[in-house]
Amino acid sequence: MDKEKNKNLYWKLNLTIVGSLLAIWFMVSFGAGILFSENLDQFEIAGFKLGFWFAQQGSIIIFVFLIALYCFLMNKLDKRFNVEEE
Amino acid sequence: MDIQTLTYIIVVASFSLYIGIAIWSKASTTGEFYIAGGHVHPVANGMATAADWMSAASFISMAGIISFMGRDGSVYLMGWTGGYVLLAMLLAPYLRKFGKFTVPDFIGDRYYSSIARLVAVFCLIFISFTYIAGQMRGVGIVFSRFLEVDINTGVIIGMGIVFIYAVLGGMKGITYTQVAQYCVLIFAYMVPAIFISILITGNPVPQLGFGSQIVGENIYLLEKLNNVLTDLGFNAYTDSSRAKIDIFCITAALMVGTAGLPHVIVRFFTVPKVRDARASAGWALLFIAILYTTAPAVSSFSRLNFIDTVNETPYQSTPEWFRNWEDIGLISWADKNQDGIIQYRPGNALEKVKPRFTSERGANGERLVSNERTSNENEIYIDRDIMVLANPEIAQLPNWVIALVAAGALAAALSTAAGLLLVISSAISHDLMKKTLMPSISEKQELALARISAAIAIGVAGVFGIYPPAFVAQVVAFAFGLAAASIFPAIVMGIFSKRMNSVGAITGMIAGLVFTACYIIFFKFVSPELNNPDNWFLGISPEGIGVIGMIVNFSVSIIFSSLTKAPPIEVVELVDNIRLPGGGND
Repeated sequence: MDKEKNKNLYWKLNLTIVGSLLAIWFMVSFGAGILFSENLDQFEIAGFKLGFWFAQQGSIIIFVFLIALYCFLMNKLDKRFNVEEE
Repeated sequence: MDIQTLTYIIVVASFSLYIGIAIWSKASTTGEFYIAGGHVHPVANGMATAADWMSAASFISMAGIISFMGRDGSVYLMGWTGGYVLLAMLLAPYLRKFGKFTVPDFIGDRYYSSIARLVAVFCLIFISFTYIAGQMRGVGIVFSRFLEVDINTGVIIGMGIVFIYAVLGGMKGITYTQVAQYCVLIFAYMVPAIFISILITGNPVPQLGFGSQIVGENIYLLEKLNNVLTDLGFNAYTDSSRAKIDIFCITAALMVGTAGLPHVIVRFFTVPKVRDARASAGWALLFIAILYTTAPAVSSFSRLNFIDTVNETPYQSTPEWFRNWEDIGLISWADKNQDGIIQYRPGNALEKVKPRFTSERGANGERLVSNERTSNENEIYIDRDIMVLANPEIAQLPNWVIALVAAGALAAALSTAAGLLLVISSAISHDLMKKTLMPSISEKQELALARISAAIAIGVAGVFGIYPPAFVAQVVAFAFGLAAASIFPAIVMGIFSKRMNSVGAITGMIAGLVFTACYIIFFKFVSPELNNPDNWFLGISPEGIGVIGMIVNFSVSIIFSSLTKAPPIEVVELVDNIRLPGGGND
């Protein structure tokens, strides 16, 4: 029974991690890069309008960090629940 | 040394490298042929995935397209990278745990149905052939421009090379040649980008040069580009000109489509562990991001450079590259006001867009076309592909850089073609033959079949390259739309829902497929004259409709599966099993 409970908890935490990271994924690309892109354009960093930067550079860079963070969190979770592969 | 000789040397050297790797990594079992034995290091797999994914379109066309679309080009930048986040978090680790050979394998086993498997095989073959035709055309263009051989000869040479390492080495051979091809292509992309960035902005990092000031002027690159373009009557480079909902849907369709492309998914079957599959997706995106963050910088540099060099220049004093590309047919000039000077303005210069050259020359020596001229002031037709290919020439970089670009473009096209051929051949030999039609064949026979189907697939791809179907450019939307509307939802529900059954999955895939296909066929082939925002469903173009197809798939699946019997207990156990990286029994 405990094992079953553990498994369910592992899956629930897995879904929480994936859900929160995908929320960020959505906000930087569809949010900052598309929906609110023009609103962000009023801010400028160096020669970039901020919305334009998110659409053409920023979102891609953040995607890479998101996957790295995902790997880190999942490896920790695997260890905690002792479900790593041999 | 002249460009020609240098190009020959670099191309032959890179090809010899690929063949050497193929001989070294010959596959001897079906496991090695389909998934490289499952022993690929995650970093190597990341590089191979990056080369697999970045095709002739990414290398040759993307920067050029963005160059002319400006801000709206971001649909490709975000769309073709964001899918890796979905892959890493929703698909790769679970499919790795499942641990079989192909994408239809998963769909067939998870939905305990050979119909589901066959629907997946059909989608896979359609998507992959659509894609391959473009790669072969890319190989042909590069050969004809840089090596001055006939396009057809170029295609045949390309086929020969892919034949050697795909048929001999299978996935194992492809993986290690792709690692080498990644190195070649990224080097070839970055070197000219860095040179040009230094020339224009003085900053050696193109990603930063993109946001820097122009050398010797007190103005940012993007600001200058905006000024130059608006002076000529174009939209500002950093302004969007398409409807938000369309931008949103195209980006989403490309992202989801990327995550549903079989030749990308299957790469994650080749690493030893679940944690490697996750890491590998991260490495892949990192390697891809190096090119994808450089591309928009190259786009803006080359647009500015192009205008500087061409606009208001007398035809007879244009640089050599201009007339070289005109000879190939990718540039055309119609001297509308007969002043002998090139005017570059918004709009198409010619009716029917693409030039149809006659054999005659005009007063200034330009090639004449039989198209009617449009009434606007624009006198120049440019094929977008040349923005990357001609970039080093436009910026007057040394000859070896130009030769390098040719080798890089070939590496990009060949690596993608090989990956696609492999999924086609394994879908035929494994899913169609072994699992469906001829279950009694031995492993040896299956391996032989895999090699034969790879050889046939190369032949078909070559025919597409030599006689490019006129619809190639039109059907790229198809590949992503169908992957988004069929394969992606079926796999995601197979992992995240224990209740999803075979009836739901099959009806969902078919509904998504039919909806998306009908929409695209209607606007691209049946009534192309209606293909404009006024007639689109909710203002969504055929390029973005895959997202709606995906929603149709999800909805139909959920409704039909809730009305029919839950899947058998073995399937529920299978789902439980793939959700845990390790056995989970200790």
